[in-house]
Amino acid sequence: MSGFLSQYGGEIGILTLEHLWLTGAAMLWATAIAVPAGVWLTRRPRWAKPVIGIANVLQTIPSLAMFGFLLPLPWLGERAARVAIVALTAYALLPILRNTYAGIQGIDRSLIEVARALGLTGMQRFFKVELPLAASFILAGLRTATVTCVGIATIAAAVGAGGLGELIFRGVASIDNRLILAGAIPAALLALAVDGALGLLERWFRVPTIQAAP
Amino acid sequence: MSAAIEFRELSFTLPQGRPLLDRISLAGDEGTTTVVLGRSGSGKTTLLRTVNRMVEATSGTVLVNGKDVRTTDLITLRRGIGYVIQETGLFPHMTAERDVGLVLEAEGRPKEKRLRRSHELLEAVGLDPGRFARRYPHQLSGGQRQRVGLARALAADPPLLLMDEPFGALDPLTRAEMQDMLRGLLRRLRKTVLLVTHDLDEALLLGDRIVLLEAGRVVAHLEPDAFLQSQEAAVSQYVQAFHRGEHRAAEERR
Repeated sequence: MSGFLSQYGGEIGILTLEHLWLTGAAMLWATAIAVPAGVWLTRRPRWAKPVIGIANVLQTIPSLAMFGFLLPLPWLGERAARVAIVALTAYALLPILRNTYAGIQGIDRSLIEVARALGLTGMQRFFKVELPLAASFILAGLRTATVTCVGIATIAAAVGAGGLGELIFRGVASIDNRLILAGAIPAALLALAVDGALGLLERWFRVPTIQAAP
Repeated sequence: MSAAIEFRELSFTLPQGRPLLDRISLAGDEGTTTVVLGRSGSGKTTLLRTVNRMVEATSGTVLVNGKDVRTTDLITLRRGIGYVIQETGLFPHMTAERDVGLVLEAEGRPKEKRLRRSHELLEAVGLDPGRFARRYPHQLSGGQRQRVGLARALAADPPLLLMDEPFGALDPLTRAEMQDMLRGLLRRLRKTVLLVTHDLDEALLLGDRIVLLEAGRVVAHLEPDAFLQSQEAAVSQYVQAFHRGEHRAAEERR
């Protein structure tokens, strides 16, 4: 066992970092797209159904197929990491988009009314009232998306994008359970750690309701 | 005294064509409290909301200090009018001190000034800032929340206050306490107030003038004593119905 670790330990470390990089980059992109899009949808609810529908369809594409589809595209296909990040971004869109939309839509209308009546501008209303009240909801979507992407990122190794999936694929090819576990265990731990950390953040932003008064 | 608030031939019709307010003409003098009384659906809340343009009137005008509200910039107009509603008006993610100073925050005033003003106002509505300033709404009782709501409405020192059933959700004891507090406060601050309620006792206690609305029309606009003695059918009906309610309750207790 210790022999195995001394042989693969360094590689596991590097691949874990690579895995984190792929997921992290995808989450940044997805957040940058889906949060503003979700907010925009709350201003134009008529678009909510079709737009969330598209994100939903993206979600249903099998991951291996998604990587395959993107590979032949110009520019994108030149680097495997690009393919992986774009695919992971696509998967992360739905939970973030849906939760941003629902989080803001779910805010008590009378609070929005009060914000208007107090003379808050549209921007102030958004940053001082809507965003903080929807924050824990949005973070919950981010958490779901991240945990999903940590898992899906293992498939990215199939197109040569690296990450912990590489050890798994190698282990499967050489029928070496130790190698499979060397990829799978850190990936699982990573998912758990991300889940825990974002869960804490989500709780931090949770707004107590008045009904819960003593 | 000049009219601080005036409605001229104000009408509001729903998109489906049902009129909610029908050519209302009213004036409230500076520093006085006008109570708008009426049963549910009489249009009293709608009338109140035309003042800060939460509802845009279909025709007619609302004048605040002689100025048509439609010619005033919306944000400026609203920041210059205090607004208190029944329950749920406080932001659950804000401490009392932040909520009270929110209008000042929106105006970009420095934090130190905001907090000083917040504490001053919490004190004025009977809440010790040392104990309550850092509390969130869920850590306050219904009455305390309503006090914070009132303090918030006073933050920018607006000459005009709109109050929509401010004590509607409170138990009778707290309600009476709040009414007394408000009466003292208003007398001291000399604000012009438009207060909506369906509670006759509250109207008599707080109002300099009482307006009775019925189906979107003004059926009476009188001083409290005159209101009680009015022979006007709609008024005496309202007064009797109100007393009957009290009577029945007393009898049931027997």
